[in-house]
Amino acid sequence: MSLESHELEELKLKIGRDPTSTELQIVAAEWSEHCSYKSSKKYLKLLPMDGPLVINEKGYDSGVLDVGDGYVVTAHIESHNHPSAVEPYGGAATGVGGVIRDILSAGTRPIALLDGLRFGDIEKDQHAKWLFKNAVKGVADYGNCLGIPTIGGEVEFDECYSNYAMVDVAAIGFGKKENLIKNHAKKGDLVVLMGGATGRDGIGGSQFASDSLESENRSAVQIPDPFIEKLIIEAILEARDEKLIHAMKDLGGGGLSCAVSETADALDIGIEMDVDKVHTRESDMHPDEIMVSESQERMLIITDSIKLIKFQDICNKFRIECSVIGHVTFDNKMHVKKGEKTIANISTDVVVNATLLDLPSKKPKYLENIEDKKSFPVLSDYSEIMLKLLASPNIASKIWVYGQYDHEVGIRTVIKPGYDASVLRLDNGKFLSIKIDGNPKQCYINPREGAIGCFEEACRNVVCTGAKPIGMLDHLQFGNPKDPEIFWTFLESLNGLTDFAKDFEIPCIGGKVSLFNETTNGSIKPTPVIGVIGLIDKKPLRTQKINSGDCLIMIGNTKDELGGSEYSEYIHKFIGGKCPTVDFSESKKNMNAVLEIIENELIKSAHDCSKGGLAVAVSELCMTNLIGCTVSLESVPGDKLDHDKILFSESHSRYLVTFEKKNIQNLEELLKKHNVTFKIIGEFGGESIKFTADSKPIIDLSVDKTQKTWLNSLKEMVMHA
Amino acid sequence: MNVGVIVFPGSNCDRDMFHVLSDVFHMTPQYCWHDKPLPENLDAVVLPGGFSYGDRLRAGVIAAHSPIIKDVKKMAEKGIPILGVCNGFQILVESGLLPGVLLKNDSLNFMCEWTNLTVENNKTPFTNQFELNEKIPIPIANGDGRYFVDDETLKQLERKNQIVFKYDQVVNGSSNQIAGVCNEDGNVVGMMPHPERAVESEINPHDNKPSSLIFESLLNNMGANN
Repeated sequence: MSLESHELEELKLKIGRDPTSTELQIVAAEWSEHCSYKSSKKYLKLLPMDGPLVINEKGYDSGVLDVGDGYVVTAHIESHNHPSAVEPYGGAATGVGGVIRDILSAGTRPIALLDGLRFGDIEKDQHAKWLFKNAVKGVADYGNCLGIPTIGGEVEFDECYSNYAMVDVAAIGFGKKENLIKNHAKKGDLVVLMGGATGRDGIGGSQFASDSLESENRSAVQIPDPFIEKLIIEAILEARDEKLIHAMKDLGGGGLSCAVSETADALDIGIEMDVDKVHTRESDMHPDEIMVSESQERMLIITDSIKLIKFQDICNKFRIECSVIGHVTFDNKMHVKKGEKTIANISTDVVVNATLLDLPSKKPKYLENIEDKKSFPVLSDYSEIMLKLLASPNIASKIWVYGQYDHEVGIRTVIKPGYDASVLRLDNGKFLSIKIDGNPKQCYINPREGAIGCFEEACRNVVCTGAKPIGMLDHLQFGNPKDPEIFWTFLESLNGLTDFAKDFEIPCIGGKVSLFNETTNGSIKPTPVIGVIGLIDKKPLRTQKINSGDCLIMIGNTKDELGGSEYSEYIHKFIGGKCPTVDFSESKKNMNAVLEIIENELIKSAHDCSKGGLAVAVSELCMTNLIGCTVSLESVPGDKLDHDKILFSESHSRYLVTFEKKNIQNLEELLKKHNVTFKIIGEFGGESIKFTADSKPIIDLSVDKTQKTWLNSLKEMVMHA
Repeated sequence: MNVGVIVFPGSNCDRDMFHVLSDVFHMTPQYCWHDKPLPENLDAVVLPGGFSYGDRLRAGVIAAHSPIIKDVKKMAEKGIPILGVCNGFQILVESGLLPGVLLKNDSLNFMCEWTNLTVENNKTPFTNQFELNEKIPIPIANGDGRYFVDDETLKQLERKNQIVFKYDQVVNGSSNQIAGVCNEDGNVVGMMPHPERAVESEINPHDNKPSSLIFESLLNNMGANN
């Protein structure tokens, strides 16, 4: 894998000579889509990146938010799709490792992980099941060993991921503002590589990830070692406390080539280094291999010669290898030597700034009639369909997954996985609420509205815990951008996210673009995954036990929007129909209203209505509380619709709120003040989940039995062939 | 009250334990790095959870051969209260301070979930504030948490009152649902569940009082000795 011929010509023109083989490798790594964002960079600038809480410093690999009282939160999201599709255990594990080092490089301690996992249809596809099982184990083994809790995420299955795996990992860090690393360097400072030895794993990984997946290139997959990563974390934080670090960068895609060139470019310096000084796993590695190896658990540190001694002491304490590989110069060049011999000497500006592309885009043909609606057979009883949905892999409880993740370590997890969003306590008495959401089914039907929907859903989830959204992470995952139709879907999604972020004043604090998510079967559906971080000043809404006699309010309108719903696709195998859209002003009103009723302690719980619609959301309340509920469809706010649409439409901006009857008056007053659409739609009690229309039951399921099905279904799918 | 919290490379519940000892129970904990001698002035020692040495070879086995374990053994002989939690329990078992062995859970998976314990021995320095058979809601988080002893040893443990905690239902296939044991003298206690994750109501969705009694027992034990 190397540069395309026109890129090679461009490189020659820029440096005025033929590049050396090492230069060619360095530039090929850095100009890969994975490292350069050459197709997407121009458009990413549209997203709002600034906000009152955002702290911008040069050279950070993660976003930084000021959460008050001298504390900051850092956050980042990454994927490891190609490697996980080939070797799910190692791919997923090293995906966790990489994003954690991004958090660490700002000088903050990683305190939580979230993972978004997507695979083919595990009910039919044994390979998808194997990928799923092993990716979960990879995330679990890595995060558990580090003692960083995996507190939430999402899992989804869709045929568009057959023979492929999507592994997204978001990491959250926490620390004191004064301890943030202010990346800087002065002439003569030393460049230190610390951590695992550089080996032949992950060679060409970033180029591997910048092409469609056709061959199983196992040597491009990195090998995980969480034990070394744990030692690196503790050593770096100790060195941070001793103020020994001038600048720091994680080694990720592109290995040393990218870390050295990007650090030099960000700090406006040059770096001279010697590959012979790099500690390697094998003695006969070629210099080019050393420069592009993506061996894991390595950090690049810049410090001075006096601090170096203390830094080496810390590395010795943790028995981590560290090598001084070079020093800082002021010629803005990346000068790589092997002993005395120069093997690359190239301006960092050339290395880091690949020519940005202006790719053509065109509305895909498949979208022409996709939003045409289709009616499904009208039934008098939907119990069976509902049970089928609750047992379906996308809706069934994910306890089999998060039960393998240590989600308690660190003793911050106030709201555990399995609820709308997870909540962590911070040292200043505030709380952080986090959720990631994706919805490729809706993004396929309408890339713009689908992406906005993911964003709003993640917001709804954190709002349900009482948190105000303060930052967003976007992970934009698409197929080959050179296909104008795919690039169009990318732009549509990005524009939608930008509009929502601006309107709601939620800054994008970090993100990632992952393109070329394709196999020989074709491209994946557009898969933006959005993470939202919310802050709670006082206390989170911890779901209280629902008792008989408690009531249920629905806030928001249910619309005729079955497109991309689980009901449409899983039950009726139909891809199409009108996809849910977000009305910005309604969305904002509803969010504010829910936040205020939580703050006034008027409710027991708030739950978002999403996958599977109202029917599934009500069932989830019943199953987690082991109590029945009767909901009358006539009272559900919105247009008069067919029963299946009321039950299963996945319209946005909807919340289910449970409360004690005595609060009814105060609650109604507050909701009226906010001018939101709402209605009491049901009451809890009994032992069955009941939906009625014209006083006749159209769904009637025993809570107990349904709960068992919902809890065990995924595990049974994985365990039994 | 001086409590040593032993830290091995890969320990990851040391900071949680430290926080609970100092901020919740107002003891004076200190971190003790594995290759330094254990301070003489300690009133109790805790081996926290984690993945010492990345669980290489077998959970706890490398840490059990650290120099600091020699000091721990001396303290154990003197009757000083010693608590091993999760990986700390695995280390105590591997070092021979406690009987039995910890095997892979019967699900073959890492398990993180809340369980209920019953107190089987309320005479140890970590359980003296409990009633017998009292219940403790508490989380587990381990891959190798299945306590195993042969039938003969099991009978011996029962006879000598060395079973400290049992799960109140089948969790991971442990012999007799054992979750924690002590040595014959009762001063060395090991348990797989994590009491440090259960003593604060903010993060305990059930009841934080029972777990707190583990640390209050230690405080009481010191009071009784002074």
